[in-house]
Amino acid sequence: MTVDMLMDWFAAIGDFPVLAFILAVTISGIPLFLVMALNAMVAVYVERKVSAFMMDRIGPMGQGPGLHAGKWGLLQTAADAVKLLVKEDTVPESSDKILFKMAPFIIFIGAFIGLAAVPFSQTLQVVDFNVGVFYIIAVGSIGVIGIVMAGWASNNKWSLYGAMRSAAQIISYEIPAGLSIIVPIMMAGTMNLQELIHYQSGSVWGILPNWIIFNNPFSFLAFFIFFISAIAETNRTPFDIPEAESELVAGWMTEYSGFRWAIFFLSEYANMLIVSGLAVAGFLGGWRSPIPGLFDSGAWGLFWFMGKVASLIFIMMWFRWTFPRLRVDQLMHVCWKVFIPIAMLNIFGVGIWKLIFG
Amino acid sequence: MTLTEIKTAIEKQFPGSVLENEDLGEHQVELKGDQWLELATFLKTDPTLCFDQLECITGVDTGEEGPLQSRYNLHSMEHRHKIEVIISHDRENPKVASIEQLWHIGDWFERETYDMFGIVYEGHRDLRRILCPDDWEGWPLRKDYEGQENYHGIIVPKIKEEEGWE
Amino acid sequence: MGVVHGDQMILNIGPQHPSTHGVLRLEVKTDGEIVSEVKPHIGYLHRCFEKHSENVTYEQVIPFTDRCDYLAAMNSNFGYVVAMEELMEIKVPERVDFIRVIMGELNRIASHLLALGVYGLDVGAFTPFLYMLRDRERILDMFEYTCGARLLYNYMWVGGVSHDLPKDFVKICGDFLDYFEPQISEYNELLTYNKIFIERTADVGVLPADVAVSFGVTGPNLRGSGVKWDVRKDEPYSIYDRFDFDVPTGTGEFGTVGDCFDRYWVRMLEVKESVKILRQALKDIPDGDVHQAIPKKIRPPKGSVYRRTESPRGDLGYYIISDGTPVASRVKMRSPAFTALSVLDEISRGWMISDVIAILGSLDIVLGEIDR
Repeated sequence: MTVDMLMDWFAAIGDFPVLAFILAVTISGIPLFLVMALNAMVAVYVERKVSAFMMDRIGPMGQGPGLHAGKWGLLQTAADAVKLLVKEDTVPESSDKILFKMAPFIIFIGAFIGLAAVPFSQTLQVVDFNVGVFYIIAVGSIGVIGIVMAGWASNNKWSLYGAMRSAAQIISYEIPAGLSIIVPIMMAGTMNLQELIHYQSGSVWGILPNWIIFNNPFSFLAFFIFFISAIAETNRTPFDIPEAESELVAGWMTEYSGFRWAIFFLSEYANMLIVSGLAVAGFLGGWRSPIPGLFDSGAWGLFWFMGKVASLIFIMMWFRWTFPRLRVDQLMHVCWKVFIPIAMLNIFGVGIWKLIFG
Repeated sequence: MTLTEIKTAIEKQFPGSVLENEDLGEHQVELKGDQWLELATFLKTDPTLCFDQLECITGVDTGEEGPLQSRYNLHSMEHRHKIEVIISHDRENPKVASIEQLWHIGDWFERETYDMFGIVYEGHRDLRRILCPDDWEGWPLRKDYEGQENYHGIIVPKIKEEEGWE
Repeated sequence: MGVVHGDQMILNIGPQHPSTHGVLRLEVKTDGEIVSEVKPHIGYLHRCFEKHSENVTYEQVIPFTDRCDYLAAMNSNFGYVVAMEELMEIKVPERVDFIRVIMGELNRIASHLLALGVYGLDVGAFTPFLYMLRDRERILDMFEYTCGARLLYNYMWVGGVSHDLPKDFVKICGDFLDYFEPQISEYNELLTYNKIFIERTADVGVLPADVAVSFGVTGPNLRGSGVKWDVRKDEPYSIYDRFDFDVPTGTGEFGTVGDCFDRYWVRMLEVKESVKILRQALKDIPDGDVHQAIPKKIRPPKGSVYRRTESPRGDLGYYIISDGTPVASRVKMRSPAFTALSVLDEISRGWMISDVIAILGSLDIVLGEIDR
């Protein structure tokens, strides 16, 4: 279900190109937004429960008379969402009001348009770009404009620190992430996500699926660099220094509350979905089944894709509740002195590998 | 070293500085205040005394008529002996040399004692109130302290005097 | 080309901030992330402990001592009653001494657990904090079982304790220790030996021994700098001279002696030592009446006493001056956290903002005790 398919249908019905375009975008955009909202709701609930179980707690349960948070706290996120929606909308007196109000939307747009290129299954993809990988990496950095905007407009020192840290971090970690994703591109010879996934069909050595991660040692390493850089790009622990709670209160989000803050939250989880989706498509066979040939078609594609994405998101949560936080200079050290050289060597290594074996 | 030995050492270096007082406890020695900085330097640097740790400074108000006192608890990490130095100050104009630059913690302890008793430590580089707000009036731990009636428009409630204890 | 001048920015950390451990304001001068000066402003929690103490009878001071160091209220009580007994020359029954040591050490474990957990929180690790609180909760349950209070106990009285131990306390406490000892290695696996944690704490905020002594830093912070000084060993009070335990000092395992990691590590080792003391005390505790030596009327003779004890934060000293009436003429509390905070500026210059938080956390301050 891509925008192109819809356009073709409308073209078959009649000749109204502008209206057809608007309709096609809206029809595919609304489910996308719902996916984003649903993802955030589920992920927040899961994060609460996962963190609770990791910390030897039970998390939200909704005990007692009435169902104030549902059974097992299932309605907790819904209740939170309602609370955030009806909260007073505060804008600091001394802030730059226009930028302050614009920032959440820019961050939201960055996450939203990134989601458009994620291949949920063979057919479920809003736009099937021929440069899908490049597109996701590119629009992924729109968010940082919003973050810097939010930090500056808040007129708060904590926000400013958070924004500066965030900008430095996201821009730096895009480089190793980009360099690592070049590995699958080199191997498949395409930037189109669907073709990338098609490249990963079949099996290697009879047992393992023919995923790029299992293809050669360099791609194996590239996956980990990509995944760790992706965690850094989404500002999650151990790289959550932009919103480091114990240092910067809430970093660039300090002055935000209510719905604007909820949008940040929504975008954060959408970003997790996007980077995990990219990692899955690029390294883990996308919507392909882990057992080659088994349940490998149709609706199962969505199941496998979301299953893999959910595992990666679970690992991110696991990290968050296990590790302490790095310091800003250590973070940069890891990026510039460790990841980037290794990622570059990887590209070199894959090139040679391909020359010899491929 | 015992207290007597310490006293002798001080008396030898600074004749006449140790005051005789019958009421003192086992580690206490009362000294004259006018040479305190030199005395403190001696107590800290002399290899046989070597009081490298300033454990505590306690301000004391001995009563409406009596003097104010600063009591310094000194301790030596090296020799593991201790001493308590008492210095009395004139009530109207309590002044003594600051030892802030000898023991770093003297900085905060002196500020605290200044805050509570108004004892001025001369030579202290940053003698401000530490626990009370900067614009607080009076010296709260003195026996003749009368609380402010209002502070920035806040009425300070007066505590009723009770008819003694027992 | 002109020279680029960077102005310094003043950043107020606190009074309301997640990592100031209370109401503390740090006025930090920064150049970007680098900190050039830290000025602590204290007094936000000043409750006139010393002035109050001059207006209530001696036994009424004990609840105030609870509220100074609210994380180790037993040890605060302990220091005060030991000083009072020295002033009044009371000999307490042996059972009371044992109970006090048991309570003091349990509270030391509870306090250290909170300090270690919160330190994890300061450097960004959330989970160890809740693991430690989970175990601390069991200690608080034992306190509640003994004296009915969970945080502020008013348990130790001059000459005795308020309640005798419940009959099965020795067994409950023994069970707890059996459960608790293996947990220490769990904390270590989760937090102490985590590479990121070591990176964040080793070599950061080094406090050399001579500076520490000059700043009057005591307790685990001083021992972290490699000075073997523990009031329990070097100036034994109560019955601490009967127990066999070590005084752990910082060795600079992953960095320099006296860094944040050492201060953290010394606390972890002290928890183990406390367990050791507790096992011995639980084994030898005699029977007796805990109220036997409590004086009917507390009216100490004229005189003064300065007595220091080892609280979880360091040398907790009480200076008590009596003029022969039932009301103290002066009670001064020498607070270990007060001296520990004063060293912050010295050791955090040149580090980053994140490090200031890490250093502050490693000093384990309690604002209730600093401001009194």
